[in-house]
Amino acid sequence: MSHSALDSGPAAAGSTAALDPGPGQPEAGSTPQLRKRRRSFLPYGLILPAAILELLIHIGPMLLGIWIAFISLTQLNLTNWLNAPFVGLQNFINGLNPESTIGQAFFSTVGRTLGYTILVVGFSWVLGMAGAVFLSSNFKGRALLRTFFLVPYALPAYVGTIAWAFMFNQRDGAVNQILVDTFRLFGDERPFWLLGENSFGAMVVVNVWQLWPFAFLMLMAALQNVPTDVYEAAAIDGATLWQQFRRITLPMVRPANGVLLMVMSLWTFNQFNIPFVLFGASSPNEATLISPLIYQNSFGSWNFGLGGAMSVLLLIALFIASVFYIRMVLPKGADND
Amino acid sequence: MKNPLKALSAFAATAAVALTLSACGAGGSPQASSDTITYWASDQGNSLDDTAAKLKPTLDRFTEKTGVKVQLEVISWTDLYNRILTAVTSGDGPDVLNIGNTWAVTLQETGAFEPVEGELLEAVGGKDRFLKTSWSTGGAEGKTPTSVPLYGLAYNMYYNTKLFKEAGIEKAPTTWDEFVADAKKLTKDTNGDGKPDQWGFTAAGASVSANSHQAFIRGLQNGGSLFDDGGKPTFDSDPQVEGVKQFIDLMATHKVMSPSDAELSQGSQKVDNVINGKAAMMFDQSPLKNFAARDFKDWGVAPIPMMSAGATGDLGTQSHVAGINLSVFKNSDNKANAIKLAAFLTSDEEQVALNKAYSSLPVVTAASSDAAFQTEEVKAKNDALANHSVPMPLIAKEGQMETLTGTAIKNLFAKAATGTVSENDIRAALKDANNQMAAAQ
Repeated sequence: MSHSALDSGPAAAGSTAALDPGPGQPEAGSTPQLRKRRRSFLPYGLILPAAILELLIHIGPMLLGIWIAFISLTQLNLTNWLNAPFVGLQNFINGLNPESTIGQAFFSTVGRTLGYTILVVGFSWVLGMAGAVFLSSNFKGRALLRTFFLVPYALPAYVGTIAWAFMFNQRDGAVNQILVDTFRLFGDERPFWLLGENSFGAMVVVNVWQLWPFAFLMLMAALQNVPTDVYEAAAIDGATLWQQFRRITLPMVRPANGVLLMVMSLWTFNQFNIPFVLFGASSPNEATLISPLIYQNSFGSWNFGLGGAMSVLLLIALFIASVFYIRMVLPKGADND
Repeated sequence: MKNPLKALSAFAATAAVALTLSACGAGGSPQASSDTITYWASDQGNSLDDTAAKLKPTLDRFTEKTGVKVQLEVISWTDLYNRILTAVTSGDGPDVLNIGNTWAVTLQETGAFEPVEGELLEAVGGKDRFLKTSWSTGGAEGKTPTSVPLYGLAYNMYYNTKLFKEAGIEKAPTTWDEFVADAKKLTKDTNGDGKPDQWGFTAAGASVSANSHQAFIRGLQNGGSLFDDGGKPTFDSDPQVEGVKQFIDLMATHKVMSPSDAELSQGSQKVDNVINGKAAMMFDQSPLKNFAARDFKDWGVAPIPMMSAGATGDLGTQSHVAGINLSVFKNSDNKANAIKLAAFLTSDEEQVALNKAYSSLPVVTAASSDAAFQTEEVKAKNDALANHSVPMPLIAKEGQMETLTGTAIKNLFAKAATGTVSENDIRAALKDANNQMAAAQ
């Protein structure tokens, strides 16, 4: 189904290997054992480049990050970090102590990030679904709209966010020009969008703006696989549009939805770029998410061990959530594919 | 059919592995040719381009003299600290770089910079060429410094003389009370919509480093300090809270500072406010280049107000010993040429040329006597630097201190802009910063 776009190298390599017809004509000059060994090596050989790259780019830094969580890494030993003292669980104790300033910030930030993820993913999904259903019927200008909807996704994330930061500026930004100067919505007040309580909402808006085209794209692809005759049959049976949506569309795109929601949630939970560009190195207290908090602890106060410990906790939490989700919600590969 | 396919796929796999490995081999930094060095400059001009343009004649003269080309990158103040940090962590940085002098001890502790001794010390002509106060910022007391002074700076109060005249203020305020009173007179509604559009004072409320300087200066003026004698942070001690409160109150209580200032993160934005007549006074280190670029002439300069006129010692602090230092990266492949550049930039002639261009103070005594540095503004700056400046704490965690106190004040300004700030809010914010500082030590 639609998640073919998310499939990566190894699966593709595996299907190439499947082209090997297996038992059959023996090759000239090679023993059966050698042939067998070669055959069993081939898939691994094909995966190898991807595996090496994966190790270098993802696994290596991840293991390093885990190691950093257990050492006291500060500027004193930064250039010679292999010699940084091992402190065991001390970084975790500092980070998790609900009595301490750092611990309180950590727990409240985790809660806020959860809420943020639910809001952003929820809005993005609803908008994406609405857009996809809307564009699944044929009408003039459909292609144009489809391109138009994808613009936020096609723009480099930083460029889009910087434009939003300008628009949200309290004194001269476009948002206040429209809301305050043109429509006089807040009386005489010019609200701040990037400071205080509003900053959280502003960040949600930017993230939804950036994320929903992805939901739209994925769901549109999924909808194209739903045969039209099912709808025709339902219409003849007198199903309303809402019933068609609930009883046909939603179940048919369920596998795509499962993957989509998980990917979007992981991205949003780890969101760093948007707050960093909107607010700079330190977010307002009301809008601090977990990744910027880790950044502030690591680079603001040069306490890399603490930052590392928080990252490890985040990694474990997301890993457990993902495993649970994959087992409970996602379709079991063989049955549904 | 089968064999060619198999051979092909095996070949593809091998090729991919080979490609991966060779890519890794080439992943390191390209070997710089021996007659080119890289130099990271801080943004001393009106903009990154302006800074580069003003450095160019000096670097051209350097290339002419030594045959060494300089690859220049000007880095904005918002990014510089992080860029240096990344360079220090990875060991992959420029050959020569500028640092804010308050970071000197923090960066010294990383061991990433060349100590100023032996060949490097000789090349810059020994420490006696330099102003004593500026040289003292090169590293922790009693240790070999790892940076040499390059530009000298100090805080002064700059004001718009036209607005002063309109408000009938003849003399710049000298005490904090006078300053607040004048700022109130200067805050007015000029277009009759019932809200002020001209403000008495302006500051970049979201600039972490500028905020931390004020926490330091206002704390000392009130008899406090950021650290006690034992080196423990005392950000939330009574005099510190009082000092920070005076600064925040300009927006929160006295309403002489525009709430919009809470969003300003660049110092040049507040300079614009004074030039445009949107605000009358500001504390700044070197706005003259911005004034000149905008052809703005209605400015005056005065010392930073103190709690009582004629205060001396720590109570008479108006500025930290501000400035920019120069360091040579220890990992440089091209140390000999890097040292040459350090020597050239601190030579008498280039000190005159550069400090004139950036309206900063020469850090070598021989250059200070040049006619360019005999103006009233330079004298005010010199007086502040020589008689009313205290170095920011020369401790390894100075960088963290700046980040924590500066961010606390940034958040307090945000709170003042969107609501009210009580003394307890200020105390709580500084206490949080203090706890984080203590945890980091």
